[in-house]
Amino acid sequence: MRTLRSRLVRAGLALAGVAALASPACGRQPTETIKIGHYASLTGSEATFGKSTDNGIRLAVDEVNAKGGVTIAGKTYKIELVSDDTEGKPEKAGTVVTKLITKDKVKAVLGEVASSVSLQGAPVCQAYGVPMITPSSTNYTVTQKGNMIFRVCFIDPFQGFACAKFAKDELKLTKAAILFDQAAAYSVGLKDEFIKHFKSMGGTIVSEQAYTKGASDFNAQLTRIRETNPEVIFIPGYYSDVAKISIQARKLGMTMPLLGGDGWDSEELAKNAGEAIDGCFYSNHYAPDQPTEAIQTFVSKYQQRFGGIPDGLAALGYDAANVLFDAMARAKSHSGKDLRDAIAATKNFKAVTGTITINDQRDAVKPAVIVERKGGKWAFRAAIEPQR
Amino acid sequence: MDQFLQTLMGALAIGSLYALIALGYTMVYGILKFINFAHSDVVVLGAWGSLVFARWAERTAGWSQTPWYLGGVVLIAAMVLCGTVGFLVERLAYKPLRRAPRINVLITAIGVSLFLQNTGQLEAVFGTRPASIPRLVGDRTIAQIGLVKIEMLDVVGLFTALSFMLGLDWLVFRTKIGRAMRAVSFNPQTAGLMGVPVDRVISFTFVLGSMLAATGGFLWALKYSQVNQPADTGWTLLGLKAFVAAVVGGIGNVRGAMLGGLAIGLLEQFGSAYLSSSLSDVYVFSLLIVVLLFRPSGILGSTAVEKV
Repeated sequence: MRTLRSRLVRAGLALAGVAALASPACGRQPTETIKIGHYASLTGSEATFGKSTDNGIRLAVDEVNAKGGVTIAGKTYKIELVSDDTEGKPEKAGTVVTKLITKDKVKAVLGEVASSVSLQGAPVCQAYGVPMITPSSTNYTVTQKGNMIFRVCFIDPFQGFACAKFAKDELKLTKAAILFDQAAAYSVGLKDEFIKHFKSMGGTIVSEQAYTKGASDFNAQLTRIRETNPEVIFIPGYYSDVAKISIQARKLGMTMPLLGGDGWDSEELAKNAGEAIDGCFYSNHYAPDQPTEAIQTFVSKYQQRFGGIPDGLAALGYDAANVLFDAMARAKSHSGKDLRDAIAATKNFKAVTGTITINDQRDAVKPAVIVERKGGKWAFRAAIEPQR
Repeated sequence: MDQFLQTLMGALAIGSLYALIALGYTMVYGILKFINFAHSDVVVLGAWGSLVFARWAERTAGWSQTPWYLGGVVLIAAMVLCGTVGFLVERLAYKPLRRAPRINVLITAIGVSLFLQNTGQLEAVFGTRPASIPRLVGDRTIAQIGLVKIEMLDVVGLFTALSFMLGLDWLVFRTKIGRAMRAVSFNPQTAGLMGVPVDRVISFTFVLGSMLAATGGFLWALKYSQVNQPADTGWTLLGLKAFVAAVVGGIGNVRGAMLGGLAIGLLEQFGSAYLSSSLSDVYVFSLLIVVLLFRPSGILGSTAVEKV
């Protein structure tokens, strides 16, 4: 008993010691901390999305803190990042964002990657009056959830246009088939836009097939597509499904190129699909081998910190955080309304994924790039400018 | 014609997998009268166990070409792993509840399912990213009819699944332990009085069901090569469809589960090939509703048929 008590006392003293060490350190520094939240799929089938984005944001936060922090209305604050996991499940987004805002008291929210998850998180941010910037949700309805919701990526209508234009003008193909994920807002939106633009450019859609996220067998859909002999298959899905689709398509003797959107953007795709993905294309926010200075500096910084080539989501996470910090420096105060006004006023901000201007719909206007799988690497193929 | 044959091939391949997994549900239900929700997670364990073991074997042995027997060795390893886990789950989670109301066991089963899923997601176990299994069966085309290729892999898968099902059928209806299983399923108390070691028979049933689940997971991983992370919604859906197969065939009935699995595979594949691919899950669950409305005990299920 005595030993237990003395142990407890000792533990208590140790704790007090830690607290004593910690508190004056906070007290001495004039800077206070501002918390920003990030909700992301840190686990789940799109785990690489969340982790990449989180790495990108972390890099930006560390950089800004190393410079001393952000100055809002003459006062300097350190930034503290609180990341929380949605597992990529839309139904968890509401809880996670509510927790970030009410319990962690974050001043701004970044996230999510998947549009269907962002669509659940956005109304919560809007209701609490906390600005939210999604790094990479491309479904156009996300920012329509309210005037607090922004994004730093292009939107599906444009991405669908970019894919259609690339297939028609660059690859000179006219017969396309489509295989899309009917359970994902992202996939459906992209499919609709692709069809609209591809048809208006004079192409034909020979077959349109659906699957549901997490499906493993695409035999029936692919067999039907094969009957119609398309020159290209547009698959606006996520990488874990695309890997399976590509393998099964090649097994069925289908050799045409596959084309997709930024949902393909993960190292896992090529790792799991192997040769099946050779000669395929997808539209993305940036290509790490594009020889611009902003991209090359970012890539080398990221490599130094985390190892590995950053994917588009890491770059967008980095950009989203930097757009927020830029806005904070211009804001009148750190209230939700003032931050919102500052983000809305973002103009010609030089980011990694291109120059960002936020338009009236709170979307970013910028070009897309198309990358191609060639010789075991994803290589920059073309840049598609936005329709003005 | 091409499309028909191709769809038929696919339907048989996937239907036999549903059947293998459905057997686990049906055997446990037959004996303990509860639905083992953790069964689909044992399938996941089978798939991931095979993947990890195959990778490890390839890495340590450094073969230039995968030996033909590696597939069999991996399958046995996965079966041992899943059998052990199935045994432990029954011993630790279900056995203490033998006399508890059935709802308690049902909730425990959901708990076990969540436990297995989340343990599987730990970075130290399987992690949260999809991974792909090395090629264990040669990528050869055995025959080609028009555009339809009959792949070595599909034939091996179908053959393995069918032989396991026939083996199980023999075990249940032609051996002593099979008779004991049927006796326990008919009435555990009376079987116990007659000298049947009830607990041991129940353990045996779980191990057997888990081994079939391991086979299902192994063949699934081989067929699709990419294995999704343990908590992926695709696994839940797979488990649900196998469960529907068991119910459609007549839950508690071994032959019914096989029939149900094949029926669901055919319905799903032909439905999405000839009607609309966006409704492929709808066909399966509509069949469940129809069967429950008009023949609630399933195609082969009736009070007269011996249950396991």
